Order: sequence, then C-alpha cells, then structure tokens
Amino acid sequence: MTRLTSGGDRVDRSRPVTVTFDGADYPAYAGDTLASALLANGVRTVARGIYTGRPRGVFGIGAEEPNAFVQVESGTGEPMLPATLVEVYDGLRARSVAGKGRLSDVPDNARYDHKTAHCELVVVGGGMDGLRIAAEAAGRGERVVVCESSRVLAATLQEQDDVLLLNRTTVVGQYDHGYVVAVERRTDHLPDAPETVARQRLWHVRAGRVVDTTKGMEHPYAFPDNDRPGVMLAGAAAEYVTWYGVLPGRVAVVASGNDDALRAALVLADAGVALGAVLDTRPEVPAGLADGLRGLGVDVRTGHAVCGTDADSDGAVVAAHVAPVDEHGRGTAEPQLIRCDLVAVSRAWGPPPWSGQQVRTPGGASTTVGVPSVIRVPDGDGDAAGRTFVDLHRDATLADVERAVRVGMTHPEHVKRYTTIGTGADQGRTANPVMLGVLAELTGRPTAELEPTTSRPPAVPVSFALLAGRDRGRLADPERVTPMHPWHVAHGLPFEDVGQWRRPWYAPRGDEDMDEAVRRECRAVRTGVGTMDASTLGKIELQGRDVGAFLDRIYTNLFSTLKVGRIKYGVMCHADGMVFDDGTTARLSEDRWLMSTTTGNAAAVLDWLEEWLFTEWPELDVRCTSVTDHWATVAIAGPRSRDVVAALAPDLDLGAEAFPFMTFREATVAGLPARVFRISFSGELAYEVNVPAWYGLALWERVLEAGKPYGITVYGTETMHVLRAEKGFPIVGQDTDGTVTPQDLGMSWAVSKRKSFVGKRSYGREENLRDDRKQLVGLVADGDRVVPEGAQLVVAPGGVPPVPMAGHVTSGYWSTALEQPFALALLERGSERHGERLYAVDDGEAVAVTVTAPVCYDPEGARRDG
Amino acid sequence: MTVDVRRSPLAELAGELAAVGGPGSVRFAERPFRVQVELRAAADAPVSRLYEALALMLPRGVGYVASTGDRDALCLAPRWWLVTQSPEPAPVLESALAGRLRTAGGAAVSAVDVSAQRTTIDVTGPNARDVLAHGCSVDLHPRAFGPGRCTQTALAKAQVVLQQLDRAPTFRVLVRASFARYLAEWLLDAATEYVG
Repeated sequence: MTRLTSGGDRVDRSRPVTVTFDGADYPAYAGDTLASALLANGVRTVARGIYTGRPRGVFGIGAEEPNAFVQVESGTGEPMLPATLVEVYDGLRARSVAGKGRLSDVPDNARYDHKTAHCELVVVGGGMDGLRIAAEAAGRGERVVVCESSRVLAATLQEQDDVLLLNRTTVVGQYDHGYVVAVERRTDHLPDAPETVARQRLWHVRAGRVVDTTKGMEHPYAFPDNDRPGVMLAGAAAEYVTWYGVLPGRVAVVASGNDDALRAALVLADAGVALGAVLDTRPEVPAGLADGLRGLGVDVRTGHAVCGTDADSDGAVVAAHVAPVDEHGRGTAEPQLIRCDLVAVSRAWGPPPWSGQQVRTPGGASTTVGVPSVIRVPDGDGDAAGRTFVDLHRDATLADVERAVRVGMTHPEHVKRYTTIGTGADQGRTANPVMLGVLAELTGRPTAELEPTTSRPPAVPVSFALLAGRDRGRLADPERVTPMHPWHVAHGLPFEDVGQWRRPWYAPRGDEDMDEAVRRECRAVRTGVGTMDASTLGKIELQGRDVGAFLDRIYTNLFSTLKVGRIKYGVMCHADGMVFDDGTTARLSEDRWLMSTTTGNAAAVLDWLEEWLFTEWPELDVRCTSVTDHWATVAIAGPRSRDVVAALAPDLDLGAEAFPFMTFREATVAGLPARVFRISFSGELAYEVNVPAWYGLALWERVLEAGKPYGITVYGTETMHVLRAEKGFPIVGQDTDGTVTPQDLGMSWAVSKRKSFVGKRSYGREENLRDDRKQLVGLVADGDRVVPEGAQLVVAPGGVPPVPMAGHVTSGYWSTALEQPFALALLERGSERHGERLYAVDDGEAVAVTVTAPVCYDPEGARRDG
Repeated sequence: MTVDVRRSPLAELAGELAAVGGPGSVRFAERPFRVQVELRAAADAPVSRLYEALALMLPRGVGYVASTGDRDALCLAPRWWLVTQSPEPAPVLESALAGRLRTAGGAAVSAVDVSAQRTTIDVTGPNARDVLAHGCSVDLHPRAFGPGRCTQTALAKAQVVLQQLDRAPTFRVLVRASFARYLAEWLLDAATEYVG
C-alpha cells in the first residue's frame, strides 16, 4: 500500500492532485482512479456490505468491481459509482456507501448529449492491439471509431480525418447490425467543467463491423471471510502496479488456479511485494513459472488454496489460512496461518465482460477446468458458509446458494432470483462464475451443463440524464404551435396540450377565473360572435380518380356522390367497427378533396389511409398529402358572424342561399387569399376561414379588428367543448374510448346500409348487437354542481359495494344556454332511458341527474343559418 | 402596393438564429416563404409530361435532387417529389407552379401546394455535420451523402426533409411550420459547443 517512486503508465506524476474521501484528504496524481489513489494511501476499507455492514475494500480494477462503490459529492455528483471507474481530479470529493447511494436533491444542470457516428470499423479497447487494427483499417481508407474506457489510448495512431479516437469512452451496448452505444465521460475528470460542454455524451455508432480487444474477465474462487479488505483479484493487483505504480499490499499470498495468476505473482514480486506464499489449487503448474518464483525464494505450493482470513480490528486482512485441498476444494489438512495484508485470488479467466452484448456468458467456459469455485475447510466452524461470499456486491453467500438448492432451485436463473446473486450494478461479473461452480457442485452436474444467466446492456450504469440527452425542459417534447401563437402568448391565454399542440384553453379578461371566462365566451358565441384559432385540426388533401370510392370505403357514410363545392361530415372506424376519427371533408374539384381530422389524430389518420391504399387497395388511384401546417384556420361563430365575415369579404355573397351550410367558397378575406368553409361545431351560424399559414396571424388580427363593432370574443378549446357538447357532438377520444360504435353514439344516420366500408362487418357481431350496450346520452343535473368526466352512474344512491355501474360521464360542463350543469355520458341501454333518474357519483357524493337526449340545445338546428 | 403581411414560423427567432456562430463553425439562416409543391404520381403517370412546366427532369432515384436555377426537385420516395423554388412575389391562395403542374400532369399526378407547410433552415459551416449528428442518424459523410442528395428523416424529434446544397457543407432542413420553433431551439442548443 504505497506508491512506487516510478512506473505507472496511466498516471501523470507531474500533475499532483488532492482528493477527499470520507472527509480526509489524500494526495494522488492525474490519471489515478479513486481506487488506485486510495490504495496508494493505504486506505483499505472503502465501502461496506449492503446487508452485513462488513468492511469491504477494492477487489477489482474496472467495471467488475463488486465492493468499492462510492458516492461522488463534488461536481455534478453521482450516487453510486465503483471507485475503479472514477477518475480523480483536484478537489474530487467522495464518500463510501453501503451498497446504496443517495440521489442528490440538487437538480443536475449539467449538459448531456447524444451523437451519431458512422464508420466501417469500431474497435472496442484502445490498447496496442486495438490501435494496430484501427491503423490498418484507416490505412485502407476505412472510417474507424476507437472506444477506450480509460484516459489513455496507445499512442500508435494519431487523430486524423475519418478516425475518431475516443478515450474515457465505455461501450455499454452492442446490438445487431453493428450498432454500438458508448458513453464518453467528457468533463467528469475536470475540477471546473465548462458549462457549455456536455458533461457526458452517448455515442450511437453504426459500424460495418466491431472488433472487441478488451481483455478477458478474471474469476475468483470463494472461501470463508473472502470479503475482507485486502482480498483482491490477482490480475487487478498486478495492474495496480503496472498502470498506477501502486502496491496494493506489502505482503501477499497469491491464491491461484491459472498460469496468469502466477505471472501476476511475478509482477508483484518484481515490484517489491513480499510473497508469503503462492498457492495453486492445481496439482501441477508449469515448471518455468514455478521455478521462476522459487528462484526468487518464494514458497510455491501446488494443490493448496486459501481457506480463510484473519482480520485486524478494522476488519482488514492480516493473515491467510492456507491448506492443501482436493479437486473439489475441500481442505485435506489443518490450515496453516500465513501473515499477509493482500490475498490475490484468481481461479480462471473468462470472456471479456465489457462488451454490453445481451449474452449468456458461459461461466464454465473459462481457461481452467477442474479448479474449484469454492474452498471449504474440513472442520470449519458452523457458519463458515455464511461468511463465504459468492456475490460481494449483494452480500450473498455460499449458505444462500445452499438454501436455494435445498428448497428446490436448480436453474441458475432461479438461484439468481432467490439469492439476488448477479442482480447488482456490477451485473455479478465476479459472482456469476462462482455461483455456477457452486451450483454445479451442489446439484452434481458439470458446470458446462448449466445455462448461465444473461448479462444485458448497459454494461456499466448509465445516468438517466445522459439517456435523456438534450430532450429535457423545453426540448423534452416538441411543442407544436400555430401561426397565431405569438398573439395568444402576448395576451396571456392559458394553454391546453392536445397531443403535441399547444392550444389556447380560454381567454380570461381581467381577473376572471376559468369558469367565468368560459361562461362569458359561451354567451358571446350563442348571442353575438366569437372567434377561435382552429389551425391545429388535421388536414389531408386527397387527389386521384378514385378518391370518392376510397372515401366510401373509409368513412361509414357515402361520399362519392358529394358535389364539388360541398362539404360532408364523416365518421371512420377501425376494422373492429369502433369509432376511430371524425371530421368534415370537402370536395374541392372533381378529383381533389380536403379531409379534416381531429387535432390529435392527424398523423394516425394519414397512416391509416396510406396503409389501406398501399396494402389492400393499390388499384385505387388516390394520393394523400398532409397539409395540416400549410393552412391557418380562424373559426368565426355566432349569430353575428355573418356581419364580421361580410366586413372582411365585401365581395362574397353571404346570403344563406348563396352560401349555404356545408359549402365552401374561395374569396379574398381581409385582403388575403382564403378559402371559407361554412361549417359549425357549435350549432351556431359559423365560418372557418383558411389562409396559407404565413397569413394566419394577420388574418387573426384583422378578424378581431373587424369584429370589434360586434363585440367579437376570443374563445378557446374549453368553450368549444361546451358548445359542441350542448349540441351532442361527441369528441373522439373524449366521449369515445375505442369501444364505441357510431350506433352507440346515436349516429346510425351516418352509417350506410348500402355500401361496404371498413368496420361494417363487425356490426353483425353478437357483441355489437347486444341491446345492453352503452349509448351516448345527455344528463341534466338538479343542482348547480357540474358532474365531472369519469363520474360513475348508478341507479340508486348509497348501496353496498360492489354497486353495479350503469355507465360513466364522458364530458361535464356548465351550460349557459340551459343555465344549469349538464353532461354527456355512456349509459347501458341509454337510448331507451331518456327521462330516467340516475345518480352520478362524484367524490363519494351521489348527484341526482336526469337522462336526456344528447342534444340539449336547439335540437331542430334552427340556428345554423343565423 | 400591398404590404407583405406574411410572417414566417421563425420570425421570433430569426435574430437569434442569425447571431450565433460564424464562418469557422456553423451558421443558421431561415429562408422563409419558399414555394413548395408536393408531387405524387400514379404508377402509370407520364411524369415526363411535367418537363416543360418544371424546366427539369424529375430525378427517379429516391434521395436525389435535380436543380435548375433556384428550383429544386427532391425525390422523397418512389413517385413522390417535393419541388421548391423562390417565394411568390404577392399573396396567392395557391402558387402558380402548383396550378401549372396540376394542369400539365393531368389526372394521374397530384400537385399540392404546401409552401406554408414547411419552412426552410439552412445550416452551414465546418461544424454543420456535427450539429446535425446530435439528432439525426443518417450518414452525412461525403462518401455517403453530398450536394444533390436529400432524405426524409427525423432531426431530434421533428420530421424533416434534409438536402445538401454544397460542400461548405450547407444542409437545407425543411421542417413543418408547427415544429419550426422547437427545431430552431434545438439547433441553437446543439450548436452550443461549436459556437463558443
């Protein structure tokens, strides 16, 4: 536990820094990880077990680290990172955690972004091998991306055009077709990160091929008290020497099961670590390696293993128990005590763990067969199995696996879930192979027969902030706005979100609340004139010789006979016969039609039309073009709307006969080229003026100006909803929920019996012929209380649950026309129950209501001509 | 003379867009009010008939652009083109080009004026490709894309038509009017690291 005076190819000794851990300051060098810095300063206990609270030290050197998790408190902060992956900087502050970090209560204001890179080759790992492969490919003119987890890239390849060298970049996911996802840590190592630079970047690399040069994964074996600070992977111990110039201990016992661990012992010895003993569970080891160690005076014992440790008062290793073992890892003689402060353990090497593929890493497919996964003492104390840790991160032991097997778990996936082994943030990299070995032994099967558990991306923890990238705050989701939006904002209109659209909700005057504003707006439209920005409605232009025939198949009602210049309301259903969308469609000319859709459904309707045209009816000559954003629409509604339009379009004959309901005209309105539709969603005389969107704001302002003498009143979606509800016009998605047929809505008049259309066959289904289906009705309440949507309808107040539900309210408002609250509802056998008294349960209180027809205002339609 | 009362979808952000960046990094400019006509042809449509009205041959290859003067014809998909050109001088309900193309194409060709459907943002400079790579998964490298190429794709969370104009490189982004403000704010944010 000291820093060598030289060596350590990852640290920059010219740049000393100070880090703070658990309140104490420690010197380190740029390039250190927090783990190497703590080891260099003799800090042995770095964390504690999540359940046992037992002290834990650094066990690995990279993403496999199961123990040394810390909470980073400086900079942006991170609740739980392995110290082996935290690069130090001057002022780094961190704290040990016991298996669980704590989320910061301070907002993370750092920038995060995503970037796409395309290349012919991505190389995972920036060591000598990786960069040689990269250089060859670059020499052939290929585009290359190199991802190296650490700070240091081998210096054999220079940054150049079409070569992207990314250090501090960890591949966290690999998917089909060369899609590689990597996290670049761009400012985490800087004491003062510039605010304009994204702290981390998520790279989406699309590669022709992927070469993974990362090293294999070292597996330990387990033994009693193997969790104490001072127990470490042997390869990791050697790499702390060569990478960081740090001695992870002064006196080591090496617990080996493979040749690489013997080589690691040589590295340790070469750096000045005293070797108390080098044990190998194998009966024989290569003579060259053994002789090399013995030549240094090292006590090399084959057929031996570590079978326990002793600790000092801080819980860190002060001695190893050493015993001869058989091929099953059972001690065959009394253990001997060897004093040491480092137990460097390495059972075997497996495939690289880094790559982020969703794979079942074969636990048995390691370099050594016949090396036990766990060491047991012959006459060990009764709870040795409870102190033999299989998963250090999850604090799960040999006893836990034994218990799982006793209750009948034999598949690794079952044992994983029963014991939580392998479910931690480290993905059980050091635990899974041990678990498989133990399970094989306990169930008497070869390890190779056990199906390993699955590792999944991300290979290392990735923050949600990085996954979000710049899709945060205002950019979290697009806010679609109309050309009139600046006016709405300037006049303080509250907005309602409809899909991605921002629509004005109501237009308060002075200190009006919403109820007051909506009542005033409703009165204005019913008695004078109101205007609304209706630009968000979906608009699709259809052209072709067969549009009429196509619409006949899509809409429930007949369109092909519609005359040029006229408009018709239509309902469309999915194949199940349930209402999907509705709107009006105008015939612009013989073969040009303009369809309107609901605001939220525009894209879905276009998809629906194209799906049928491309997959079922390619013989129809119909082409669809979305024009939603091309047109701005101003609705002018109310008995005085004709006066306002007349003032704006003096050349347009607005007489009820010259310009009848459900027709359109092209005209100059307010000096602008426009198309004027005589349609109404309020039951009042109304016009919808359409202009190319650039003119939308000018049109809006001119309508307001021209409407002034008539007291024109701006209204929003809420008033629109009230007015249409008074007329019994359902809103798809509010009064319907995908289980409602046109007949349920009382729209049998819009369902043709003479032609076929999508959904028609479903009306013959028994379910759709049931006479107890829910149907749309109106409700009028006794008192002043508005029944909210979602309220359930019951036949009698009170009652013992479960109370039978007769239906539910879909829309509820105060009606200025009726001077009382009213609602729309879906009610069982609703069309037969007009006049019946029911109760709507609102917040536990039963409100008496009377069932009516859905149309509660001007049922004769006398007002639409003004 | 009538006052031009057109207002582009990015009128409020034009100043900010013009102010960021420089020739060494990336610059943005809205090109508002350009005429745009979508052409869709039936399988049997004789689109060569449009040659006279267009003064160019429509590109047949999806993702390619044919140009003459300021007029571009972008092939968006099989038998689907977007024709763009400089703005109309005076307010019209429908651009003259759309009417001409409809007449020339006959019943088997749809010509729809969509001039106000999308606005145009030009993104130019050495970092233009970088900025787009923050939100677009298309390979815009010179060996995969270039002047005379176009594609329909997603940029951030907006659907766009993307066209490369020159090797500066300059990319032309056509975005639906209702998404324009969102996309402009996104572009300004994505450019932060490059414009200093």
